Amino acid sequence: MARGERVWIRRNYEDCSGCRRCEIACSIHHEGRIWPEASRIRVFMLIPGVEIPHLCFQCEDYPCVETCPAGALSVNSRTGAVEVDAFKCIGCSLCVNACPGRVPHLHPEGNNIVICNLCDGEPACVKECVKGKWGALELVPAGSAASRRTLAKTPEELTRETALKILGEEVVKEAFG
Amino acid sequence: MKGYTGKLLDVDLSSESIREARVPEEDLKNYVGGRGLAAKMAWDRLGAKWENVDPLGPENVLLVLTGPLTGYYPGTKVCVSGKSPQSNGLVGSTVAGEFGVDLKCAGYDGIAITGRAEKPCYLFICDNHVEIKDASPVWGAAARETLRFLIGESRKNVAGIRPRYGEAKEPSILYIGPAGENRSRVAAVMSKYSHAAGYGGYGGVMGSKNLKAIVAKGFGPLPDVHDNEKMLRLARRFAEDCLENVWFRRWGTGGGGYSFGAETSSEPVRNWQTEWHNRRSYRREEFDKHWVKKNWGDFGCAMTCLKLAVLRKGRYRGAVCDNPDYELEAYVGTNLGIFNPEHNIYVSYVINELGLCGIQGGAVLGFAAELYQRKILSKRDLDGIELKWGDPKAFATLAEKTAFRQGVGDILAEGVYRAAVKLSERKGVNLLNYAVQEKGMAIGAHGVRSGKDFISSSIAYACSVQAGDHTSPASPIRRGDRGELSSILPDSGVYCMFAAFGPTDREILEFYEAITGWRMTLREWYGEKALRILQLQRAMLLLGGPDVRWRPRVDDDNPPRFWEPLPSGPFKGRMLRRKRFEKERLEYFKAVGWDENGVPTPKTLRRLGLTNVEAKLREAGLLT
Repeated sequence: MARGERVWIRRNYEDCSGCRRCEIACSIHHEGRIWPEASRIRVFMLIPGVEIPHLCFQCEDYPCVETCPAGALSVNSRTGAVEVDAFKCIGCSLCVNACPGRVPHLHPEGNNIVICNLCDGEPACVKECVKGKWGALELVPAGSAASRRTLAKTPEELTRETALKILGEEVVKEAFG
Repeated sequence: MKGYTGKLLDVDLSSESIREARVPEEDLKNYVGGRGLAAKMAWDRLGAKWENVDPLGPENVLLVLTGPLTGYYPGTKVCVSGKSPQSNGLVGSTVAGEFGVDLKCAGYDGIAITGRAEKPCYLFICDNHVEIKDASPVWGAAARETLRFLIGESRKNVAGIRPRYGEAKEPSILYIGPAGENRSRVAAVMSKYSHAAGYGGYGGVMGSKNLKAIVAKGFGPLPDVHDNEKMLRLARRFAEDCLENVWFRRWGTGGGGYSFGAETSSEPVRNWQTEWHNRRSYRREEFDKHWVKKNWGDFGCAMTCLKLAVLRKGRYRGAVCDNPDYELEAYVGTNLGIFNPEHNIYVSYVINELGLCGIQGGAVLGFAAELYQRKILSKRDLDGIELKWGDPKAFATLAEKTAFRQGVGDILAEGVYRAAVKLSERKGVNLLNYAVQEKGMAIGAHGVRSGKDFISSSIAYACSVQAGDHTSPASPIRRGDRGELSSILPDSGVYCMFAAFGPTDREILEFYEAITGWRMTLREWYGEKALRILQLQRAMLLLGGPDVRWRPRVDDDNPPRFWEPLPSGPFKGRMLRRKRFEKERLEYFKAVGWDENGVPTPKTLRRLGLTNVEAKLREAGLLT
């Protein structure tokens, strides 16, 4: 990747081991401590064996930023990531509903939303995943995803899609409905 | 206090009372957490009447405890304990998953549950919202249905507590299957689909309390630590050790299903009639074909030694389980005459769905099959099942009967030892020679006769305070070998021993200090604290009761079959020597402060400040 080029985190859900070391790395980076729910990347496990790392997809049209009534969300012009101004955020959660993946969530102890900011272009979660050769998270140029908005899905939707591939239809029906 | 939340949940299901309790700092310093703290708490609550406490009665206490290393160490577990319906002593039984982390993040180091709920219930914990909820919709349900219901309902409940939060991650869940509900002594406390706290039989304890599950969701961070920078630096190094362990990451324990038979002659084959096989159909590469995830793990784990196996086609389509890991490859594989990976994955899946312990359940199925082979049990005795070695359907059917206590399953649900006693009475022959078990517990799938397994001491099971538990084997205490004491560290710090091949004990204690701020030397741990925990466990094991009490020394012995020569394989004819065994046993008793019968001496107990244990052992006639 060229220096200064915008990056995007590609997720290969079928390869996620569920080790959640990305959550640990993220919360240490942003909060200075291990804090799974405060992590900007969170691994959902709605069916054991189907682990879904869930974080901002960076839709091209940024519906969350559009919706924010407090002007707390903005797009970082260098990284393309959504930045949250915790002081301006009123914790209304309108951005959660605006997000096609329902990605943003409140900080567990604050009244502000948290969203992945790509660690300023060098995401800690990806480094951890690459180091362990799990292959679930990859850093790619932002332009390489045809449409990031169409990839943005809720934990339920991603669980179902991924589970169908890993476990097959019959098991998914029993385990997930 | 650092590294701990300092709080426990104390729940009585009979009176539906839930309260927060504090553990004295002194107890945390001495007993650390997990297995150690469980020994202390169970002794304080039940010690005076231990021999009369029915493990499956409301009086027993179910303990679910984290440790100070839980969540920080890159490989997480939680410890389940209480009076064991298998050994009648106390077993620290650990299981992987996020439960311990969620519990700490919710603000609790552990949970103590007594009593018995009137109706099937589950305990729901979301930070300080703690409730006893109705579990009747899933009473009788197997794993898939249970988790689907609990994850769905709990997510709704969490959303109700934090309405504007957005999507919160699902809570962590410990649960039981039908086996636990029916108070089977061979039932596990389950987590996810195939993780189990199997040893001890605490699934049956949960069932006896009408408790289907414990659900925990924590929004907080892990507790503050003493030296964050140092803790993180050491954790990173421990993780790097795991990442360098190429073999174990690639194969996990499931790499052993072939090699423990073919290479070390220490794998149970057809109820331990032999310990050797070289069936190439069972090579690890054959299992690899069914793995859809080659690295599967739990919170913080850098090893991710589990594999996710799924059968996508064929007669057993839809079976899902881990590797299977070695113990299940052995106990519901070779031990049942199964040498086909697909069949092994299928039976593992059935065992997991029913909430049976893979080791205890597999052992009792194999025991029944040998009695069928010897025509001691007939097809009629087995309710029409032709229990032929290697038949996955037959074993799955019998497993179901065992979980639901139907027909002969009612006897098998008691585990190998108790089933052998009952069937001996019924048949008028002594069947204990076919029962490969130690003090009420089936032993791990590691034979000691060849001397080639990593568990190679002839006293490994005979002298363990956790009886048949292969993760807590005894061995003569010599230079560099701490015997069973070394297992008390991971079980009490509560982290995964399979992610801890790298660090030395000294480094673990350094890590412990970075977390808690409490300094502990190796000498304090091994010479005092671990030894104290061992005495408590030994005392509880010897007090036993109410259904059976083990005779000191006499019952500190190997299963009868282990005294026969190995019947086949490259180590054919090899056997244990009685004299050497007795010498090592005595050496071990002395080294850990016990008399020639294996009873803790007054001197040992006084030195460790356990005078009430001394009084109790006198009262019970174990000390004169």
